[in-house]
Amino acid sequence: MQIAEGVQLVTFAILSILLVGAALGVVLFANIVYSAFLLGGVFISMAGIYILLNADFVSAAQILVYVGAVNVLILFAIMLVNKREDFKPLKNGWIRQGSTAVVCAGLFALLSAVSIVTPWSISTVSPLASSVVPIAKHFFTDFLLPFELASILLLMSMVGAIILARRDFLPDNLGATSTQDSLTLPERPRELVGK
Amino acid sequence: MNSGIDLQGTFVQSLSDFGISTELAKILWMPFPMLLMLIGATVGVLVNVWLERKISAAVQQRIGPEFAGPLGVLQPVADGLKLVFKEDILPAKADPFLFTMGPILVVMPVFLSYLIVPFGQNLVITNINTGIFLWIALSSIVPIGLLMAGYASNNKYSLIGGLRAAAQSISYEIPLALSVLAIVLMSNSLSTIDIVEQQSGYGILSWNVWRQPIGFVIFWISALAECERLPFDLPEAEEELVAGYQTEYSGMKFALFYVGSYVNLVLSALMVAILYLGGWSSPIPIELLSNLAGVDPASSWLQVVGASLGIAMTILKAYFLVFLAILTRWTVPRVRIDQLLNLGWKFLLPIALANLLITAALKLAFPTAFGG
Repeated sequence: MQIAEGVQLVTFAILSILLVGAALGVVLFANIVYSAFLLGGVFISMAGIYILLNADFVSAAQILVYVGAVNVLILFAIMLVNKREDFKPLKNGWIRQGSTAVVCAGLFALLSAVSIVTPWSISTVSPLASSVVPIAKHFFTDFLLPFELASILLLMSMVGAIILARRDFLPDNLGATSTQDSLTLPERPRELVGK
Repeated sequence: MNSGIDLQGTFVQSLSDFGISTELAKILWMPFPMLLMLIGATVGVLVNVWLERKISAAVQQRIGPEFAGPLGVLQPVADGLKLVFKEDILPAKADPFLFTMGPILVVMPVFLSYLIVPFGQNLVITNINTGIFLWIALSSIVPIGLLMAGYASNNKYSLIGGLRAAAQSISYEIPLALSVLAIVLMSNSLSTIDIVEQQSGYGILSWNVWRQPIGFVIFWISALAECERLPFDLPEAEEELVAGYQTEYSGMKFALFYVGSYVNLVLSALMVAILYLGGWSSPIPIELLSNLAGVDPASSWLQVVGASLGIAMTILKAYFLVFLAILTRWTVPRVRIDQLLNLGWKFLLPIALANLLITAALKLAFPTAFGG
């Protein structure tokens, strides 16, 4: 069993370094596009850690949902609204950065203290061959309500997105061209559908 | 159930007999199928390029490549060598890191997806429980690479091409996944091996294409759109966008995009063959033939013949579909971007949903015919 354990250990180390490094990059890069791409790296390393924990379905779902949908959506938003402008350096900006660093370090210390002090009960059950069936059973028995509520939430956000994108409910004063700022699209507002 | 040839088992066994531990033998085995798959995929690309040029020539009543090798079969090799030796240009003010990462991110998931393509009972790199789902998940990484390439090129055509490519692959992934879900419903498993096994009972009659005709058409259309093949090659529409996200690429980086798109086409064709056309099983089941001829089904030469026939069947089915894709490319005009998105969201998605519902209902009503 030594080779398998060694491989697991090395993989875990590589994945953790990738995960932490990419997450730090997301926060610390000044270029928001780099941050968005590195976020994809964070999600993929997390999927790798899920595989190490024998949760293959969860890891595939993680890639599909977070990398394939959420991260692409973030990139879309950034690339379609990417205004090239130089930000003025803030006066006393280091106070904000310093206090953020202190708060983050405190949180990190707190969490690591908790994870070290807590006596975790490690399961001795041998891993399942397939995690899909147990997950599905939970979804349709004891986790049915959260599962359905999540779908209603998604439906609501979808309806909201469609209403925003169609711009059916235009306020009356938007017709005035003087209030156009750089974020409105340079196109004529469409006619209301109902009229 | 006869398990067929187990090359890994034999290899590990023979190495263990030499006194090497089983674990080490298994690790020593690992590179072989991976290398074989890489080489197979690359050769598949060469065959594909040659087919594309010859078939397009035939469609347009030309001759096509004919001087490099017999019937021009060496032409793709010459093309590839040319691309290797071309200068690697980095456009001014482009982002060098993202510019290099883009093509890599596009190619890697496609090659990784070959992990789950089975050519026989044991002729697969890994038989994992989430097989087909892993393919869908991996193919969802590709749009990030496309966006990266489009953004890093510092070119408005590239950016628009990248955005279009990402929008297209996201919208066609949903009907694709829904039609795969209908198949999974019938075979009770996400593993590609189980999906093929479930279709292998009565030869050509038990293939999924007869039980899922709508799903088959939806899957094939969405797969073509995912591969950016011609009726849907909006991201690189020459008249509008020069070459889309590939505009600024040259040399090996362009070759990566090129190889990636063809490997993806072969992969999609293999997936259609596995999901709908019975994978490695032949139209007339080999067990039936061996029974008729009175051959012992466990005899070793029959196993070898069966395995070779399985590989040949899978590749034959896949290349038939590739032929169809090429013929479509040189026959059908390109759709507009609004037509493309309308087709995806307003036509394929509702039909795929209805197909899934009907499959579930049929499975409850006729559990014997629809894999209860």
